[in-house]
Amino acid sequence: MQVVIALAAGLLFGVGLLLSGMAQPAKVIGFLDLAGEWDPSLALVMAGAIALALPAFTVARRRSRAWSGDALVLPTAHRIDAPLVLGSLAFGVGWGLAGYCPGPALVSLGLDSAAADTFVLAMLAGMALHALITRWRRPA
Amino acid sequence: MTIAWHAFTPWSALAGGALIGLSAALLILGAGRIAGISGILGGLFVPRSPDTRWRLAFLIGLIAAPVLWGLFLPLPAVPPVAGTEVIVLAGLLVGVGTRYGSGCTSGHGVCGLSRLSPRSLAATLVFMGAGFATVYAVRHLLSGA
Repeated sequence: MQVVIALAAGLLFGVGLLLSGMAQPAKVIGFLDLAGEWDPSLALVMAGAIALALPAFTVARRRSRAWSGDALVLPTAHRIDAPLVLGSLAFGVGWGLAGYCPGPALVSLGLDSAAADTFVLAMLAGMALHALITRWRRPA
Repeated sequence: MTIAWHAFTPWSALAGGALIGLSAALLILGAGRIAGISGILGGLFVPRSPDTRWRLAFLIGLIAAPVLWGLFLPLPAVPPVAGTEVIVLAGLLVGVGTRYGSGCTSGHGVCGLSRLSPRSLAATLVFMGAGFATVYAVRHLLSGA
């Protein structure tokens, strides 16, 4: 059941990204370019998403099980530490350079873009590198 | 600042955002998990995780979305905004950065802000600020425009 719901959620997320314009790097850069001709569209993507997700998370906080019967897991970390800030900084620079964040990059695998394919490979390499470093630092 | 009214697409942005929010709502209430793309993807590198199956299912749905879209509507043309070397560097930064930062636009930006998490608000402010600063540097300082 959890797998079926996750598949549907992934499909919905992908269609939302395509409709919103988030999968078009030029549009993302247009939003991030405050000093140029600014396209505010992507602020409305965030607004539309939070308008639906906020009530759902308000309900989720009071539940311990999902509809699938699986445990409902919410993040427990709340410290604003160096990895959070430095990691987010690196992410923001990469986002500004290419106009891709992880979701739109994955959706763009289906959009016949060599740049998106290259970006996803590099992103996977970055994630694998993080997994290697963190495992090496904390041997099991 | 001038507004690019010709490029402004408020209704498709709002509607697309609403679908993303609906997806996050479905995943947390239906499957009990956070719709954070970098966490879902990066979590696949954690060996023997019980979460591998739903993560793969979500990613298959995400990657299949253009196929479904293409049955009804033309897919957008997506010209790249940078050369290959810059794209590779950007991908590495996004991959490493989202894992150390525990999230991206979806996990911190959509889900975290919807949970009213101060940690996610901090992350969102940092990556948005870095994005704005990077585009300013590339477009207005380095290009000489």
